[in-house]
Amino acid sequence: MLKLTNIHKTFNPGTINEKKALNGLDLVLEEGDFVAVIGGNGAGKSTMMNAVAGVWPVDEGTIEIDGIDVTSKPEHKRAAYLGRVFQDPMMGTAANMNIEENLALALRRGQARTLAWGIREKERGQYRELLRTLDLGLENRLTTKVGLLSGGQRQALTLLMATLKHPKILLLDEHTAALDPKTAAKVLEISEKIINENHLTAMMVTHNMKDAIAHGNRLIMMNDGQIILDVRGEEKKNLTVEELLHRFTKISGGELANDRMLLNR
Amino acid sequence: MADIIVGAIALGLLWGVFALGVHLTYRILDIADLTVEGTLTTGGAMAAVMLVNGVNPLLATFAAIGGGLVGGFITGVLHTKLKIPALLAGILTMTACYSINLRIMGKGNIPLPPAGSKKVRTIFTPLIDFFTKLADKHSTESSAWFWNIIKSSNFSALLVGLVFVIVVSIIMYWFFGTELGSAIRATGNNQKMVRAQGINTTVMIIICLMLSNALVSLSGALIAQYQAYADISMGIGAIVIGLASLIIGEVIVGTKTFKRNLIALPVGAVIYRIIIALVMKLGMEANDLKLFTAITVAICLSLPLIKNFFLKLFNKRRTTAPAGDNSDLNDDKEV
Repeated sequence: MLKLTNIHKTFNPGTINEKKALNGLDLVLEEGDFVAVIGGNGAGKSTMMNAVAGVWPVDEGTIEIDGIDVTSKPEHKRAAYLGRVFQDPMMGTAANMNIEENLALALRRGQARTLAWGIREKERGQYRELLRTLDLGLENRLTTKVGLLSGGQRQALTLLMATLKHPKILLLDEHTAALDPKTAAKVLEISEKIINENHLTAMMVTHNMKDAIAHGNRLIMMNDGQIILDVRGEEKKNLTVEELLHRFTKISGGELANDRMLLNR
Repeated sequence: MADIIVGAIALGLLWGVFALGVHLTYRILDIADLTVEGTLTTGGAMAAVMLVNGVNPLLATFAAIGGGLVGGFITGVLHTKLKIPALLAGILTMTACYSINLRIMGKGNIPLPPAGSKKVRTIFTPLIDFFTKLADKHSTESSAWFWNIIKSSNFSALLVGLVFVIVVSIIMYWFFGTELGSAIRATGNNQKMVRAQGINTTVMIIICLMLSNALVSLSGALIAQYQAYADISMGIGAIVIGLASLIIGEVIVGTKTFKRNLIALPVGAVIYRIIIALVMKLGMEANDLKLFTAITVAICLSLPLIKNFFLKLFNKRRTTAPAGDNSDLNDDKEV
């Protein structure tokens, strides 16, 4: 479903702030894969997500989504294949627009925007049904401005928007990191439910190793812009946090002391 | 006095079209677009030149919109494609417009009608003729004051302004309900999210700037016909007038719904004109008007901060007082 081949990306090349964020990254996602991505700060997790989403062009390598080479396609064109949820709950929705307007924007992802009316009457029923599944009481607040919702509600809404039009790949970039623990658990639960029900292919970056072990059928660990560990299936189910830390130390050669806290958070 | 008020309302409505244009960029796109100072004059200049050359006034008025479309497009490309900050992009286009406008007019000022010719037909002329005929037929000694207002050019301008404001508002209301309009509104909110929904934000910004400046040029064409001249400096300070109208309207009518927002703009523009007419009547010199407007807008824009300052002062006094717990008040303020 997704194929990253030899991706390189350097930020601020030739300056004192030069940062090699992705360093020959290779990754293949099968259809239906739900991958948890972990790694220390600066490992390249978010950079990988942004490379897939096309926030900027990569320096080298190719990106294929479902057999289509999207390497040179701009962000808004790639959006036709992707659903995205960001770390900042404010980033996924338009604050001054109401819930149904936001959903209507998402329902037309990948389509040309015409002069047809922005929301059709029959869509409203669909929105209400979907919002009901969130169990946050949003189904009766279709015309509430999104800016008035809490961070958790906005993130749940963003999840709905990202998956409303069945994306080929769902990108969750630390989408629970800015929420309080209880809300984070709830949003994670909703994410899992949506992914399972719609049989989506998904990548989820997280700082929480427990979450990474508990969710998804596959786990990859990143370090220095490369994937250093890739476990799946039964092997992943039997992982523990201790073992993960141990394997990280072994592979990356003792850098963990700096990253332990970040990984454990 | 009645004529002054009617004139202020008429001018306010014509500037209301301008305020609707400024709203498109200032509120919807969240950009302060200075291009309008150039394209307002372009609209006036184009209309004036065409009228002098005998073009049908309605056609001349609508053709002037083209100037705004081009101006907005240039600012849009400078801002999105060449990554120049929006404010600076607007200033560049505005500056370029000055030369273009002089080229269009051939001189700094075109009176309507031009010197030496007796009359030039404007968009208001048919109405004025109609009402003059009507007044001549019905005017009596006791009702002369009434018919004098009716047949004044101010009254016809008021009607024309009203029609334009209503038609433009209805079109805007419709447009921003469409898929394209929604996409533009969202672009002003959160570009990252809009791109994630597969919308090209560059195109949205350019379209919005073009539409905004189209309205501004339309307004310029109407204003030039109303004041009976196009002048190279008619756009100077226009953005401040637009913002003053916008803020006054928002305070008085409110911004709860988009409908209210749309109504607020012409209402604000009219009230601004009435205020100006009154302070002029009270003896303010025309030369001081821009200073007056700028100070008013500066105060209006800083109102939230001023309000907060006094709230804080008020709260401090409360906390130093021994009795009473005002933690509730403080909580409110934090939000």
